Amino acid sequence: MALTGVLRPGFVQLRVLDMPESVDYYTKRIGLHQVTEGPDGRAYLKSADEFDHHSIVLRRAEQAGVDLIAFKVLEEADLDQFERRVVDYGIAVDHVAAGEQPGIGRRIGFTIPSGHRLELYAEADQSDPKPYVHNPHVWSVEPHGMSARRFDHALFYGPNIEQVLDFFVKVLDFRLTERVDMPDGLLAIWLACGMKAHDIAFVRHPEPGKLHHVSFELENWQAVGNAADIITHYDISIDIGPTRHGITRGQTIYFFDPSGNRNEVFAGGYTYYPDNPTRTWDETEVGKGIFYYERKLNDAFLSVVT
Amino acid sequence: MDAERYPIFVEGSGAAFGHAGERVLVSLERAQGFGQLPNLPLRLPVGCRRGGCGVCRVRVTGGNYRSDRLSRAHVSEQDEAEGLTLACCIYPLSPLSLRLEPAVAIKDKKQHCNKSELGGK
Ligand code: FES
Ligand SMILES: [Fe+2]
Repeated sequence: MALTGVLRPGFVQLRVLDMPESVDYYTKRIGLHQVTEGPDGRAYLKSADEFDHHSIVLRRAEQAGVDLIAFKVLEEADLDQFERRVVDYGIAVDHVAAGEQPGIGRRIGFTIPSGHRLELYAEADQSDPKPYVHNPHVWSVEPHGMSARRFDHALFYGPNIEQVLDFFVKVLDFRLTERVDMPDGLLAIWLACGMKAHDIAFVRHPEPGKLHHVSFELENWQAVGNAADIITHYDISIDIGPTRHGITRGQTIYFFDPSGNRNEVFAGGYTYYPDNPTRTWDETEVGKGIFYYERKLNDAFLSVVT
Repeated sequence: MDAERYPIFVEGSGAAFGHAGERVLVSLERAQGFGQLPNLPLRLPVGCRRGGCGVCRVRVTGGNYRSDRLSRAHVSEQDEAEGLTLACCIYPLSPLSLRLEPAVAIKDKKQHCNKSELGGK
């Protein structure tokens, strides 16, 4: 097994202004399933195509945005190894007991220089619905809504992204797949822990800890078109798309959940091998990098975050 | 469309028409598309349309409206009591007058996510 250490984004915890409306939206429109609700009112959701207990956590709050993103590591010993490396790098680590979220083992947590909280965990129970493993039909439960297959990645906004890049590469063994360099410096980075074009991305922004979007993966371009029909039919607030990113090559739509948190559904994107060079974009073509067909940023891309 | 259709005057820019069941921001977007806000100094600031991002802040200087829940990162309860709100979270109940007040000017910079808030630890 070549893939070790950090495997993938496991779950993200989002703040929502209205819980019933948000659960309704993420289950009926995005196409997730609610696994359970915690004693403190947090809701735990997943795609039927994911094995692990949950991938989206919703917490009722007065302000929209993101509390944390948690990455799954291959084995228990990785947690101790990463804890040492994070502490040696000079960032404090705290511990979250197993069961703080249902179905999830112990976690270690820390705040990166962009102001975002990251967590690592090794153990997760599986939950239903999940893919079949014996004579595995293409789905166990018929897909619905936008038919999201997994929580795939997030784009965060915050300061100090050079330091964030250094940390992800040196401490968490991520690789830099793409970057945008503007005349005044590094604007954005896309980072992979596996073979996807990105597992997390950052854009330079003065305010720490902001969320640009959480993204769900769909099967193909046709599914992206189906998602666009759902967005219009149910008057979901649209940002842009269907379109394509030059960066990562994903076919995409950006839109907003009922609390104003941006969501993305996308299909495609290239395969990244760890010996691939970093792809770079400069000021002259950055518009095509972000939105390949519009060839320019929309007003909301750099300014609208939660 | 519903019978409850109201003019919404945007200070210095022109007038839109709103409806009791429609977010004021959506009325303003349509009006801009039809050229009814010719003096708007900028493109109308439109973000999430759901009360999260704060870019559509307005001060209502006249008229009555009802409001959805909105993120306290951009409008405090005190602000709201003084007519400062988010255009995407309000619905007119009478003719309205308002002034655009983009969020950046007085945005609350404090960190939202303190650990004790995450629950259960
Ligand atoms: S457009 Fe985001 S709060 Fe109104
Ligand atoms: Fe994305």
